[in-house]
Amino acid sequence: MTDRVPVLKIGDILLVSIQVDLEDQMVMDLQDDLSNRIVDTNAKGVIIDISALEIVDSFVGRMLATNASISRVLGAETIVVGMRPAVAMTLVELGLSLQGVRTALNLERGLKLLRRLSAGRA
Amino acid sequence: MKDYGAALASADTVSVANSSDVVSARQMVRTLAQRSGMSLVHQTKLVTAASELGRNMLVYGGGGVVRAATITDAGRSGIYVAFEDQGPGIGDLDLALTDGWTSGSGMGLGLSGAKRLVDDFDIDTGPGGTTVRIVKWGR
Repeated sequence: MTDRVPVLKIGDILLVSIQVDLEDQMVMDLQDDLSNRIVDTNAKGVIIDISALEIVDSFVGRMLATNASISRVLGAETIVVGMRPAVAMTLVELGLSLQGVRTALNLERGLKLLRRLSAGRA
Repeated sequence: MKDYGAALASADTVSVANSSDVVSARQMVRTLAQRSGMSLVHQTKLVTAASELGRNMLVYGGGGVVRAATITDAGRSGIYVAFEDQGPGIGDLDLALTDGWTSGSGMGLGLSGAKRLVDDFDIDTGPGGTTVRIVKWGR
């Protein structure tokens, strides 16, 4: 059994802070957990903090993009925060543009962006 | 690509049989790259390429062995990594190296993306297995 990435609820936001070197099974579990938690908690926003990730490969990149699409369908916006510059450069060269994924420089800006988005929708 | 096979005599090795071994393999590559003083961007590209190739080896080759070593050539140093499996081989190599083409459920960026992230890239494939060799030179 592999570890799971914790999904924390703060108000109507779900916060995921990835602190470990992800193996593929954890990535798939996280996708399931997040979708379920969005529905269970009626969350309006999801923040995924990847500031501790030293690499984002195509598998993790696809999870981030798929998550953004799934959560949007379930009525929640996803913001990916904290991507390291070297990771961003590598992702683009790898050929992943993360289309449809909203990003912010850090957690604080991510929260601001979520608030602005939900105010716009209300 | 030049033959760096001799460097593998002193290589670090990780056997890959499941997805946590892929993590171990890329950590091995990262440690070597850090020790060689490679810049952070180069390290990140190399480790990302190793992650793609390690996963490919597991998913399509049924697992195998990853070997990594520090090499020097013409006054520069780099990291050499070889991924060797005994899987069925890659039927159409040109197609497999095409962006977006996948025989599985991936995004089709594994081989082509990894190739872009490193300086030297070389594949031997046949019915007896596949070996991918990459080199990333220091800054």
